[in-house]
Amino acid sequence: MSVVETSTAYTQADYKSDLKPIWCPGCGDYSVLMSFTRAFAQLNLAPEDIAVISGIGCSSRIPAYTNCYGFHGVHGRSLALAAGLKVTRPDLTVVVASGDGDGYSIGGNHFLHACRRNVDMTYVVMDNHIYGMTKGQPSPTTEPEFDTALTPGGTGVRPFHPLVVALASGANFIARGFSGQPNETAAILAAAIAHPGFSFVEILSPCVTFRPDERAWKDLVRPASVAATGDAAKAARRLMTDDGFNLGILYQGNRKPYQPATGSTAINLAELEKDFVL
Amino acid sequence: MSGESRGPKVASLNDLLAVAYRIEVDAVVRYHLLADQMETHNNSELLKVFRDLARVEGIHGDEIRKLAGDFDVVAHAKTIGKFSGESPEEADLSAAHYMMTPWHALQLALAGEDRALAYFTSIVETAKEPKVKAMAAELVEEETEHVGLVHRLLKRYPKPSETWADDFDPPVSQE
Repeated sequence: MSVVETSTAYTQADYKSDLKPIWCPGCGDYSVLMSFTRAFAQLNLAPEDIAVISGIGCSSRIPAYTNCYGFHGVHGRSLALAAGLKVTRPDLTVVVASGDGDGYSIGGNHFLHACRRNVDMTYVVMDNHIYGMTKGQPSPTTEPEFDTALTPGGTGVRPFHPLVVALASGANFIARGFSGQPNETAAILAAAIAHPGFSFVEILSPCVTFRPDERAWKDLVRPASVAATGDAAKAARRLMTDDGFNLGILYQGNRKPYQPATGSTAINLAELEKDFVL
Repeated sequence: MSGESRGPKVASLNDLLAVAYRIEVDAVVRYHLLADQMETHNNSELLKVFRDLARVEGIHGDEIRKLAGDFDVVAHAKTIGKFSGESPEEADLSAAHYMMTPWHALQLALAGEDRALAYFTSIVETAKEPKVKAMAAELVEEETEHVGLVHRLLKRYPKPSETWADDFDPPVSQE
């Protein structure tokens, strides 16, 4: 990681809204928000040129806490919203915020196809292995033996492996950060935003209320021992043996982003409405 | 916290003052963030503690500005670069808890002062420029005083019992 940042016209404060976050004290999402604003400042992006899109969940509150354009959408549909926005407004930097429930369960199908389409945007999933906002149900990344009131003794179900799924589905950039390392995570986010195509960043972000055991993550995370690769086969081997705590950029592909031609199909709303007349 | 954090390059007295100022400003911002969290979660006692800590760090920042005299340390601090990880006096956000006590807050403050002390000590040990070395030694003295101050404050707030986080009205898991 670079020690000295280049000086920027924008500071982190330029990306923060006046709204105070209502996450639980100790929640990793505070640091993720900090990493967002740091990354935006590092890239010197004008706040009005950024759109932060989200679905539902604790993590999806982020658009309200930024001073950028935002859309707090419906559960699991943030990627569909974001893709629509990006293809119509390719000039915008589109960043999507989600959690492991919103992103991998309700929005799981959108995740696959967003990777496959490779629209130029950045998808950030704050993974805490639990549904926090709805008070502690197991999510797709919850460990099989994790005991909850709804699933005594655990679900017994194999967890989803988002990075492997992202690679297999065609994501062009795959990385993992940790909320306890906001500067390093900001650098990853800046690289993800700058990389063309669909960038997927998983951020381990402990839920201190329903998963207090996740405070131990800070002792488990480590920088990935090998540098980022552009070779999907190598990345697949690496990710299939990944224990979920390797941090850094793990894959950087070079697929051309999907961008349909714009301006050639001007829509006349009156004409469109005719199609809906019963 | 993200392990050892390397600071910006300190090549001159002005660089050192700018970094020292930045450390205090980072601490102010972090304490206000923690105070905001406590305000949102109705922990009024901790709200006051974190605001007070922010105010004290602000005073330390003002002292460094005075020490810098005519040199615009505020402007230089904006351009000198950042620590590779967290700034030494930035309290660990992940250690916050909605039922934390002043003792916990002071433990965070103590850890921050200890990191700042270690940072300036490392400058004393490695600086080649005599003026930088002398100022770093002065800052070590300052930080030693701050550590002592936190220890004195801790006498007012004994360590809470092991059950401090027990909540008689806890966040409810769905049955």
